[in-house]
Amino acid sequence: MAQQIYFDDVEEGFEIPSLRKDPTTQQLVKYAGASGDYYQIHYDKDFALRNNLPDVILHGALKNAFLGQLMTDFAGPDGDLKALHVQYRVMDIPGNPLLGRGIVRKKYVQDGKNFVECEIWLEDQQGQITTPGHGVVTLPARA
Amino acid sequence: MTHSVITKEMKAAIGVESEPVVNEVEKGAIIKFAQAIGDQNPAFNNEQAARNTKYGGLTAPPTFLRSMKLGKARAEIVKPYSATLDGGSKWEYFEPVRPGDQITVTHYLADLHERQGKLGNMLMIVRETKYTNQFDKIVVLQRSTEINYQPTK
Repeated sequence: MAQQIYFDDVEEGFEIPSLRKDPTTQQLVKYAGASGDYYQIHYDKDFALRNNLPDVILHGALKNAFLGQLMTDFAGPDGDLKALHVQYRVMDIPGNPLLGRGIVRKKYVQDGKNFVECEIWLEDQQGQITTPGHGVVTLPARA
Repeated sequence: MTHSVITKEMKAAIGVESEPVVNEVEKGAIIKFAQAIGDQNPAFNNEQAARNTKYGGLTAPPTFLRSMKLGKARAEIVKPYSATLDGGSKWEYFEPVRPGDQITVTHYLADLHERQGKLGNMLMIVRETKYTNQFDKIVVLQRSTEINYQPTK
């Protein structure tokens, strides 16, 4: 079990631990099977090329899942993910690693719960943000 | 923009709820999903390790509900352009998703609006999906945006 981070430990501007993902064509096939999204642009290169795409591309929803993992890893076993918002701005192709990153933008207590709002994103190796987003977690406080 | 591609018929479809469909959450499906997205978190992968978490067992990763079957729409729109891309999603979480849960899924068209961008004229199709569990509690609300556009070639 990952180490727990506490509400007391984060401040606005705090950079949350990054998450590296290395999507492959095999992962896209596994994701297609697990999610039920069989749109061919994600595994049939000829089909993708015929649709003016540079290659097969990552499912937006898979990138959404990567950012979900970034946030649940950050929240830890005693934290909870409350909201997740992602936008697919730039297409990503398998073989290109992605880095999930985030910065705490706001922390507050509401209804006895400790909320932490983060700006989050996936960036490619050139540092281009392909998938910006926003995540909200609740964290435990130190006793 | 000279004229709108949003017709009266399309506007009439806004807010019309789909038929509900009940999906059972299978433990194996949760683990398979976690493995597909490459998430090693024991809370999503390992029943024994997950016993020690606050939920006392496996829970589903945040986007697992993408794999649920959707009910048939009661009002469909005819998309004006031939190509569609997934634009993004907004999720709100209220309850954990556990193996054995009976999740009722309904969805409806929430909004239509037009935009000019890299892809030319775009129709943004916003749908909201509601996931409710067997205790009649809303588990998750998901708002997703599809971008409908005309490819140039």
